[in-house]
Amino acid sequence: MNYVSDVAALARKDLLLELRAKETLPSMLLFVVSALAIFHFALPRGTSDVAARGLLWSALVFTALLGLTRAFVAEREQGMFDALVLTPVDRSAIWLGKAIAVLAFLVAAEIVALPAFAAFFHGLNGRTVAAVALADLGICTVGTLFGAMAVAGRARELLLPLLFLPTAIPIVVGGVGGYLWFLALYDAIFGLLSWAAFEYVVVET
Amino acid sequence: MKLPVLAAACTGLFGLATALAFFYAPTDADQGLSQRIFYFHVPLALTSYVCFGWGAWKALRYLRTRDARADLESYVAIHQGVIFAALTLLTGSIWARISWGVWWSWSEDQLVLFLVLFLFYCAYFMLRFSVEPGPARANMCAVYALFGVVLIPVSFLAIRLSKRFIHPVVFNSHGPQMTGSQFLTFCVCLAAMLALFATLYSIELAGKRLDGALRELKELLA
Repeated sequence: MNYVSDVAALARKDLLLELRAKETLPSMLLFVVSALAIFHFALPRGTSDVAARGLLWSALVFTALLGLTRAFVAEREQGMFDALVLTPVDRSAIWLGKAIAVLAFLVAAEIVALPAFAAFFHGLNGRTVAAVALADLGICTVGTLFGAMAVAGRARELLLPLLFLPTAIPIVVGGVGGYLWFLALYDAIFGLLSWAAFEYVVVET
Repeated sequence: MKLPVLAAACTGLFGLATALAFFYAPTDADQGLSQRIFYFHVPLALTSYVCFGWGAWKALRYLRTRDARADLESYVAIHQGVIFAALTLLTGSIWARISWGVWWSWSEDQLVLFLVLFLFYCAYFMLRFSVEPGPARANMCAVYALFGVVLIPVSFLAIRLSKRFIHPVVFNSHGPQMTGSQFLTFCVCLAAMLALFATLYSIELAGKRLDGALRELKELLA
């Protein structure tokens, strides 16, 4: 129970910060809607559902990337990492709290993006929504781990897409094809791996 | 002085492998001479898997023992792996051009997998060179290298799902689909490629260790 309350406190801290500062979510919302508008003009008239769905997935991955890039900036700039590492919680709780916060932002962005997609293009089916939900888990778990790595580097905004995008290719494959079992498998494997690996990524500096 | 022996063995094996591939192995009835690139292309691909696997093993060792040598070994193995993977992409592309008439084929799952891996491991260098050297960097690189070996089967599955394939599958559940002389040539080529990896790995490692020792001496002098 202790672990759960630690995670909840950490996630609450991030959500509260976002509620006060409003830095990440508005930019994600604007980004995803403008990306969809650009895709509308990039696609020739009368393209199939499949092509539009592919673009939805790239919009989602890039929107998530935007949120992930911001995820650890406060920690790094305000020196909060040291404080977090010193707190008597399991290190993986830091990861889980952050992943939950990023997931909340991403889901909030998608609550706007999916209806917008349905309105701009050909509508949605339940399978796509389910695939998006499963993909969100994978994106946030792996992305949070890589985000913590990327902020340690010199070129942090540049580094995260390079680390994250090759790993996200299977998510896009599974999402576009609608292979729900594959997305679930991806979430399970990479979720466990990220959970176990996080303690090595944050070390006291 | 293992290195000269290793280098000599590697040279000998490579000479033998080239000779076998060009003069001993039978010419493919369907593809002709171009099929002989197989004896380099497939060993290159398998060797790069071995490199990535070895790099991940050393990464795991690093996380267990916190031994800075394991970190360096993991890096060198992945460095070699990226070079072998680049050569795999190159030879695969040449072969695809000759036998299918295209330089690149997205419906060809092994090439796409290699592209994903190549991108993934190139990012490893970006990570390594943008973080200050030290235990934090070694930790991150080790974690990333471990993600790589997990990504290989996952991407493979993903790419299989997304494509129909025209790539010849040489090893299936009925064993290797080759004649005896082809298989022998292939084994020698694979051994040569692995020996090449072992040699390059030892050389680079020796060089990097020398660099490190020199830097320490300089720091002591300063």
